[in-house]
Amino acid sequence: MRLIDYANPTRFLGLSATLLPWLAAVTAITFAVGLYMVFFVAPADYQQGETVKIMYIHVPFAWLSMFCYMTMAASAFGTLVWRHPLADVSAKCAAPIGAAFTFLALATGSLWGKPMWGTWWVWDARLTSVLVLFIMYLGLIALQETIEDPARAAKASAILTLVGVVNIPIIKFSVDWWNTLHQPSSVFRMGGSTIATSMLVPLLVMAVAFTLLFLVFHLMAMRNEILRRRIRAMRMIEAAGAE
Amino acid sequence: MSALSSLFVREMKLATRVGGGALMGALFFLIVVTVVPFGVGPDLNLLARIGPAILWIGALLATLLSLDRLFQADRDDGGLDLILMGETPLELVVLVKCLAHWTATGLPLVIASPVLAIFMNMEPVAIGATTLTLAVGTPALTFVGAIGAALTVSLRRGGLLLAILVLPLTVPVMIFGVSAATAAVQEPVPFATPFSILAALGLFSMVLGPIAGAAALRFAGD
Amino acid sequence: MFGNHAGFIFAAYGIAILVIAALFVWIVVDGRSQRRQLADLESRGVRRRSERSADGGTA
Repeated sequence: MRLIDYANPTRFLGLSATLLPWLAAVTAITFAVGLYMVFFVAPADYQQGETVKIMYIHVPFAWLSMFCYMTMAASAFGTLVWRHPLADVSAKCAAPIGAAFTFLALATGSLWGKPMWGTWWVWDARLTSVLVLFIMYLGLIALQETIEDPARAAKASAILTLVGVVNIPIIKFSVDWWNTLHQPSSVFRMGGSTIATSMLVPLLVMAVAFTLLFLVFHLMAMRNEILRRRIRAMRMIEAAGAE
Repeated sequence: MSALSSLFVREMKLATRVGGGALMGALFFLIVVTVVPFGVGPDLNLLARIGPAILWIGALLATLLSLDRLFQADRDDGGLDLILMGETPLELVVLVKCLAHWTATGLPLVIASPVLAIFMNMEPVAIGATTLTLAVGTPALTFVGAIGAALTVSLRRGGLLLAILVLPLTVPVMIFGVSAATAAVQEPVPFATPFSILAALGLFSMVLGPIAGAAALRFAGD
Repeated sequence: MFGNHAGFIFAAYGIAILVIAALFVWIVVDGRSQRRQLADLESRGVRRRSERSADGGTA
């Protein structure tokens, strides 16, 4: 069977139904291992003490905020180039999940910043970029919710998603530039410096776990959305037949 | 080419006639700038420091709020369908419509900004720099905003959604516009660096805006 | 074992669990409601176009 055959919505429903329990089980195991490592194996950072435990969820959330957007961008490409309905569904379902993870990246970043920086929020380059990304997610969701026809909503949000992809590096660059202009190297940085293996391994396990969690949620949401569209089509047939 | 130039003339006539609302943007700009001292207090030193930023925010809001009718009026009277069916490339049509829109609503903002800068107690150098950055930056705002206008063309109340969609995309223009304007007065960065990046952003959005806007209009017409 | 910043660590993990649980509940509840509506429509004999053509247009 060719890969494109899986893109048939009915076949997708069947495939995802068999895949989901296994995927969920693997996700749960990865989380169990990851959380065990974070709380019982990983050492405390000599500078930040135990607050470094927040990093093990903050960094995966930040990674997923980008990963979700890239998923949406790939789906947007599928919508515009191949006009595939499953790509519409994928893009639409990734948006709320991506927004939730981006919100969590901001919230955990803020909770990490309070003991480290002494304030809940700094206009740090990284936090500011994530904030802009969060607003872009909300805009996309607003656009999808405002246009009633699913096919047209998908096309409009696909264009906006791709415009966003082109702009994200520019926004990142300008925010970095703006940040160095206003507060020269005063803020604490987590990246850049090398990170010890004893902390890197739990971080990677947690990142994999959260990515799997995203896949589980995304598949479940896509199944819902396919059913929603099916119901919509059936309602229309019913209404047409009732005349 | 003559089709595009006549389109430009048509857009200008529509914008400047009674009910066209071309000067509404400049009026809104005036009011935003006037309201700020009521919020932050009449401290002239503070106003001089935040002046470029206030003028930029005012211009940004005025541009965005005037954009929602960019394609909607054409859609309402059926002109958009004719444009879509016409032989002229849609990207060029969007480009010309943006240029005409900027001439009718963006240019008055640029002309008004030196006058409003006086309210903000800005130095002559800062006034010149801010006006120059606005002249280069507001077309970029119009082109980026055209994408939002095309995406929301079929919506009855698209104005607020347009602003939500477009504002994150205008962050770079805003950053480099205000940076260039303040760099002219303050020392750390030379004026040319942020200003050339601002100009680059303007040229980039001149390409991106028409392409994405035309794509959005085509799909809205499907 | 968590030092003086235990509150922040628990708050971070707490809000993460809360938001993820809310997302999960929302997806599950949404799925149930879609399945119920679909079952309701099917029990009323409404068919999709593809099924109707497969039946030879008997619906």
